[in-house]
Amino acid sequence: MSRVYMKGNEAIVEGALRAGLEGFFGYPITPSSEIIEGLAERFFADRERERRGEKPMYPKFRVFLQMESELASINAVMGGASVGCRVMTASSSPGISLKQEGISYIAACELPCVIINIMRGGPGLGSIQPEQGDYFQAVKGGGHGDYKLIVFAPNSVQEMAEHTMLLFNLTDKYRTPGMLLADGYLGQMKESMEFPDVPIEEYEKPWAATGMGDRETQNTIEFLFLTPEPMVEAKTRLLQKYKQIEANEVRYEDYKIDDAKILVTAFGTPSRVAKAAVDQAREKGVKVGLIRPITLWPFPYQVYADLTTHQIDRVLVVEMSFGQFVEDVRLGVEGRAEVKLYARYGGIVPTEKEILEKIMELV
Amino acid sequence: MRVSALIPKYPEPETYMGHTHYCPGCGHATLHKLLGEVVDELGIRKRVIMIEPVGCSVLALKYLKFDGIQGPHGRAPAIATAVKRLRPESIVITYQGDGDLAAIGTNEIIHAANRGELFTVVFVNNAVYGMTGGQMAPTTLLGQKSTTTPTGRFAEFCGYPLRVCELLNTLDAPVYLERVSLFDVEHILKTRAALKKALLNQIEGRGFSLVEVLSNCPTNWKMTPEESWEFVKNEMTKVFPLGVFRDK
Ligand SMILES: Cc1ncc(C[n+]2csc(CCOP(=O)(O)OP(=O)(O)O)c2C)c(N)n1
Ligand code: SF4
Ligand SMILES: [Mg+2]
Repeated sequence: MSRVYMKGNEAIVEGALRAGLEGFFGYPITPSSEIIEGLAERFFADRERERRGEKPMYPKFRVFLQMESELASINAVMGGASVGCRVMTASSSPGISLKQEGISYIAACELPCVIINIMRGGPGLGSIQPEQGDYFQAVKGGGHGDYKLIVFAPNSVQEMAEHTMLLFNLTDKYRTPGMLLADGYLGQMKESMEFPDVPIEEYEKPWAATGMGDRETQNTIEFLFLTPEPMVEAKTRLLQKYKQIEANEVRYEDYKIDDAKILVTAFGTPSRVAKAAVDQAREKGVKVGLIRPITLWPFPYQVYADLTTHQIDRVLVVEMSFGQFVEDVRLGVEGRAEVKLYARYGGIVPTEKEILEKIMELV
Repeated sequence: MRVSALIPKYPEPETYMGHTHYCPGCGHATLHKLLGEVVDELGIRKRVIMIEPVGCSVLALKYLKFDGIQGPHGRAPAIATAVKRLRPESIVITYQGDGDLAAIGTNEIIHAANRGELFTVVFVNNAVYGMTGGQMAPTTLLGQKSTTTPTGRFAEFCGYPLRVCELLNTLDAPVYLERVSLFDVEHILKTRAALKKALLNQIEGRGFSLVEVLSNCPTNWKMTPEESWEFVKNEMTKVFPLGVFRDK
């Protein structure tokens, strides 16, 4: 397949359409707006084609709607998922906060859908510069109650497309919502990429509330209990599903770790800078490697545990927040190695030179 | 001639399952039965997807036999929007209380109505938050007591009762807005006719329809069912006049 040059947010648009997106519901917010705009452009171009009697380019993509808020958007996503369609919403940090109630309901009702968060600076209105401060919100809950989202953390434009496509398959497979968590830099950055070959996996959805039709029994999408026993049962089923995802779906990238004594770890944009810093440190003779989690939930705790059991005794965590991801790294390391944090917050991407300095401090 | 031959034979209800959990005399029960009857009459049960509210009728799908979705408080119109657009062959209904539709979900209902979404709204105005134990609703009358207006609702503290039909009637898109009630047989039959019309509007692809039903809450109003219907008839209709606001 040929290479193309595009922006991260556009790659998400293309990835979603290749994955068979049927409905998109969103509300504009920087730095994610190219997603809603890109989908609007393609959707209305198709309506024009139909008006001219031509075939649409994206026949599956039947509904695009700019809603009145992120609340309405996520609830429309709940509706679309409830009737068995592939649906998506995209926003950035403050908008994702507003969606949390709906995300909790969607997880409870075991509905598949894809939620894109192109993170900006927070808390509050914050800034439109990139940060990674929504890590906890994405991987530890965010909304109320016990639930999990499958969270992918791309670090290239190509992965913006690839992870979006993977998320559609995995969320259908497990009947659970998923989130693509990327910082604003990845959304805005342009680079050369190639569309990965991620075939659409079709899953039957006999549970969908499509109208009873030939069915004798009702399909109701709900999660409400009047007594504890049935709730215990339903939540246990949820928990078992989450355990299955933890067992099967952990993804990470390792780089030069075979003989490494020092480990650098980061996700998203800082992981690219960290990789370059690892190369520079190697040139100086430092035995250093990199672990980059690709899924933030399920988190690759085991690889940190394995590497720090005999091989590595110093770990440098680089992230663009006060330090949230570092807590999961520490859970993996469990005290077997010294864990140092290099936190750059407020919208500044750490530089190669800075990370190299931090590595050299550990030597 | 046997007496039974003189009794007209009504078809067995298919949608309404014959029971509810509501307090004795509650309008939700009557309205469920009416909605079930109308759905049966129109022969659309197998196409219906109903979005339940959060409120006393949160379990409506246990009493009405069709598919449905239980969403967050007030968000039914956003859910219904996606359901109808993605499954245009289905008949989509939201059933919402006054807290659900006129307080927490005001934004969603206004925008769905303004877009002219092709679904049917059954809006139950009982001037109170029934489910949570009788707090003030946006529709609570001036002077009316509730657990959060223990000395009665005063406009200077809590504003005025919100008139949903009148508010939505300022929009271009809705095709049908009517306020009905359940306080006597005549009005129950009018409610039935309004529900039918609202659903026909959807079946025939005409546009957004909303039926506001003035109902009661004897439990939280601390009245007998009879007193509560007198209150609806004599007090509520003064603030919320019955009638057709839009029919195009
Ligand atoms: C987000 C959220 N806020 C508050 C509640 C609590 N709550 C449940 S029902 C309800 C009010 C219901 O009143 P109404 O819509 O008038 O329905 P009724 O019970 O009177 O039929 C409230 C406040 C909730 N479930 N979710
Ligand atoms: S609390 Fe009020 S609205 Fe709820 S079931 Fe009882 S009477 Fe009906
Ligand atoms: Mg009420």
